[in-house]
Amino acid sequence: MTFGTMLSTMAGGMLKTVLLFVLTLVGSLPLGMLVVFLKKSKFKPIAWITDIYIAIMRGTPLMLQLLVWYFGPYYLFGMNIRGYKFPALLIGFIMNYAAYFAEIYRSGIDSMPVGQYEAAEILGYTKFQTFMRIILPQVIKRILPSVTNEVITLVKDTSLASALAYQEVFSLAKQISASQTSFMPFVIAGIFYFVANYLVAWIMNRIEKSMQYYK
Amino acid sequence: MSVYLKKEDVNTTGSVENGNPADKVVLKMSNIQKRFDNLEVLKAINLTVKHGEVVSIIGPSGSGKSTLLRCATFLEKIDSGEIIYLDKKAAITSHSGKVFYTNKADMKEIKQYFGLVFQQFNLFPHHSVLKNVMGAPVNVLKRDKAEVEKEARVLLDKMGLADKADQYPCNLSGGQQQRVAIARALAMKPEVLFFDEPTSALDPELTIEVLKIIRQLAEEKMTMVIVTHEMSFAANVSNRVIFMDGGVIVEEGNPKDVFGNPQMERTKQFLKSYKE
Repeated sequence: MTFGTMLSTMAGGMLKTVLLFVLTLVGSLPLGMLVVFLKKSKFKPIAWITDIYIAIMRGTPLMLQLLVWYFGPYYLFGMNIRGYKFPALLIGFIMNYAAYFAEIYRSGIDSMPVGQYEAAEILGYTKFQTFMRIILPQVIKRILPSVTNEVITLVKDTSLASALAYQEVFSLAKQISASQTSFMPFVIAGIFYFVANYLVAWIMNRIEKSMQYYK
Repeated sequence: MSVYLKKEDVNTTGSVENGNPADKVVLKMSNIQKRFDNLEVLKAINLTVKHGEVVSIIGPSGSGKSTLLRCATFLEKIDSGEIIYLDKKAAITSHSGKVFYTNKADMKEIKQYFGLVFQQFNLFPHHSVLKNVMGAPVNVLKRDKAEVEKEARVLLDKMGLADKADQYPCNLSGGQQQRVAIARALAMKPEVLFFDEPTSALDPELTIEVLKIIRQLAEEKMTMVIVTHEMSFAANVSNRVIFMDGGVIVEEGNPKDVFGNPQMERTKQFLKSYKE
């Protein structure tokens, strides 16, 4: 197998990695916000259930969670899981990352000085207006470095999809390396992850800079 | 029993409607009690503020003066008593001793009667100076943006900040920030403006520029209640001085009497500490 064929075979895997990455972010970034609201719910049972959810997501390996999401429906309900692999991966990744993002959001919201809420309240802002116009924009600025960390971790965590034999970059690299007895696929995969993360860091840095007009 | 007040309760008036605006009662707080856990912070306080009046509240730290302002502005809930703004009862205490705040719609209107200037300014750091001033009239009162901007620029000009409209709070001095905060409060055209130690976070020079603005507002007959540690300012600018200690009003009267000839031993003792 020439280097060219190797690269073109792996290109398909790269696309799948990017797809998994993008869809996970699209799902988990907003879901994390919902999780924060549930966790902060005044109705205690909801807050408790949310706490348990976050504890499980953070307390067990993501690889194990992916296996449970994929095979669980078969063992529990006898569901036919053919064609269910990608949805299972997405659910697993989104549920896991939403828990982490929720904790990041919470740290940002809790770090806001109470004076901001009070000033808004005195001026007559509703709770919703206060959150959307006053709190959230400032929270985003505060949590951006932590979010960047998490997004970079996600780029690398997509390789865990290989546990379900999903044909993303890492799976393919392992397979091609074994069949061709070549080290090259790992080098290609490594460069791919590195470049992807370099790009992520660059974009996040641009966003951070765009918010530096105030302290 | 309904949590909300009945209509007739809301409409009964606490003000004297005899045509003379100087006699119009803007705020009437009666028998206000507030405790934090076991600490009684306010013990049956009465405070009436008439239109155009400038009331200074002085007293040692922990005397309850800030808490009184926070109760008046609903940042703290009272444990007992009555709060009336103009003709609207904001909070009453039932015979069983339970406090009832009025319904949401009334509360929204009542909140427009007052503004509050904080010790720590509490400007919105992500908004420009102009947007800080314009925000509430546009988003809360839903007023026309162009019209609000015109008024906001006039207010900023009055505060001596016309050239700072496009700056962000982090680029301003503390005194400038506090003046923006005053402009922000005035933009809502409140009946009464509360100040919670407006100069305590400022050095003497910056304090002077903020006090100058407050003095100017007093000359324009703005109704104000000012919690302050600036004794000479309180003596000069206010119509009435209230000395609080231990959750009660120890002494109150016109500044000449309270500062020049205090009757209570505690007042004398407190004022003496400022002369040293």
